[in-house]
Amino acid sequence: MSVLVDISHRLGDFAIDARFESAGRLTALFGPSGSGKTTLINMIAGLIRPDKGRIAVDGRVLVDTDAGIFVPKHKRRIGMVFQDARLFPHMSVAGNLRYGRWFTPPAERYAEMDAVVELLGIGPLLDRRPAKLSGGEKQRVAIGRALLASPKLLLMDEPLASLDDARKAEILPYIERLRDETKLPIVYVSHSVAEVARLASDVVVMAQGKVAASGPTGAIMQRLDLLPAEERGEGGAVLDTKVLRHDEAFGMTVLGSAAGEIRVPRLAVATGAPVRIRIRARDVMIATEQPMGLSALNILPGIIVAISPGEGPTVDIGIDCNGATVLARITEQSRQALKLHLGGKVFAVIKTVSFDRANTSAGLPAEADG
Amino acid sequence: MNWLLDLTPDEWNAVRLSIKVATVAMLFSLPPGILIALLLARGKFWGKTLLNGVVHLPLILPPVVTGYLLLLTFGRRGPAGAFLAEHFGIVFSFRWTGAALACGIMGFPLMVRAMRLSIEAVDRKMEAAAGTLGANPLFVFATITLPLILPGLIAGSILSFAKAMGEFGATITFVSNIPNETQTLPSAIYTFTQVPGGDDGALRLTLISIIISMAALVASEVLARRVGRRMDIE
Repeated sequence: MSVLVDISHRLGDFAIDARFESAGRLTALFGPSGSGKTTLINMIAGLIRPDKGRIAVDGRVLVDTDAGIFVPKHKRRIGMVFQDARLFPHMSVAGNLRYGRWFTPPAERYAEMDAVVELLGIGPLLDRRPAKLSGGEKQRVAIGRALLASPKLLLMDEPLASLDDARKAEILPYIERLRDETKLPIVYVSHSVAEVARLASDVVVMAQGKVAASGPTGAIMQRLDLLPAEERGEGGAVLDTKVLRHDEAFGMTVLGSAAGEIRVPRLAVATGAPVRIRIRARDVMIATEQPMGLSALNILPGIIVAISPGEGPTVDIGIDCNGATVLARITEQSRQALKLHLGGKVFAVIKTVSFDRANTSAGLPAEADG
Repeated sequence: MNWLLDLTPDEWNAVRLSIKVATVAMLFSLPPGILIALLLARGKFWGKTLLNGVVHLPLILPPVVTGYLLLLTFGRRGPAGAFLAEHFGIVFSFRWTGAALACGIMGFPLMVRAMRLSIEAVDRKMEAAAGTLGANPLFVFATITLPLILPGLIAGSILSFAKAMGEFGATITFVSNIPNETQTLPSAIYTFTQVPGGDDGALRLTLISIIISMAALVASEVLARRVGRRMDIE
């Protein structure tokens, strides 16, 4: 499964010139608003016709301006979940869910009504009208409606952007289940570091209509320079770990990673389950000697592999902890006082309480891919 | 009440004829009405302003002028009238069908205006969403657009019906005032007011005219509300 996009397009003063290819389980199109990511996803869906270029999904050419190919949207078999749900107001939830089924050839139907309803937890809503649903419920129904058309690719355009934090937390687990339990590849548009780090297996970073970088989530999230200024504090290392054991006495969970054991607040997942954590660069302290008499529980030894200036008085230090890179954002003053240099041996110090629901999540897209 | 319903056969004929003419005028206006409303709401083509003007002509011209133009075009010797009579056996002049044509044309701008407004209010993103689910444009129109503009279609139809019930000038100019053939309610009332002792009949028909128009209005309100409730638009 792969998505190939190579297009150039003009919208008034704004030019988009983007090329990327991804074979990930969940590819995030990431960038600030106005960077062209929604335009790009609309082109994949067939809602916008690019001026020039090619789009292919799984080898099937959907757009090729040179060859005069443009497959209309209703023949693409690409599901789309919009930011504003767009449920049909004159149909019940069940009617909305069934809508796409009419147009799928029976041989290509893989989505089962019962399974989708169960996956998204929308059983109690079936008889209701869209106007009577909360924002989170609407979005779940919209996901179900797209799934039941049995698409070959699912596009999600900022599906959480118009929801409050509680509603986001309600939907995120469903998207994780979707990613891990179905074979359906997903392209997910977002401007939120937290969502991308939690959900994506691969990231395409957009900036001013161009692809600034693309690659596996872990590698991209380390490059704080790629993140929009207001989200930079959210950036940091993304580590895929496993639950080693639970420490019931202190209400903690011990995760095993390449970098060593990491203690986080108690997670409601089984021992051995995969967990992805995001260690924000601003949450990491650096010590040049093994710290003593310190409250922080996670102390990871490593070697400095990267030093790059951050914004203002800050500097970003990359620390290789036995193969896993942890990112620390400290001040230039501290760097000079500690005489940090490439190849220097240091300890990355992370407080257990810096992990919360926003940067700890069950599931591991990299493994689900295999 | 008895006095009201104690109509002469000619008066009954006028009532029946009016309802028939208005219903036929409304039903035959619907398909071209929807089409032109769609063109005006969504089309981008040369001459759109001209089309809009032509559609609105019956609203701004004196009804007598519209009636006379109809007589010139669809009369027995008019180009369209002669063609239709010769090839399809459809005759308009001095027939109730002519009254229906005149009423339909007079109500057409009202119908198109109501429908156009409701089409312009449709969120086109809904249609795009239906497209991504696999529906082709025709199916999108039938399952999304049409249900969403239904209140506008109802409003436009009722306006057309009500206009037809009251149409006088163009009808009498085009198809005259023949009892039992082209004498609709307004023509019958007019006739009563022209003869001595016709006051009773004029008043009876006036009251009936009011009742029918009110009933149509109430029916459209009830229908629109029912559709609206089913739809539950936020």
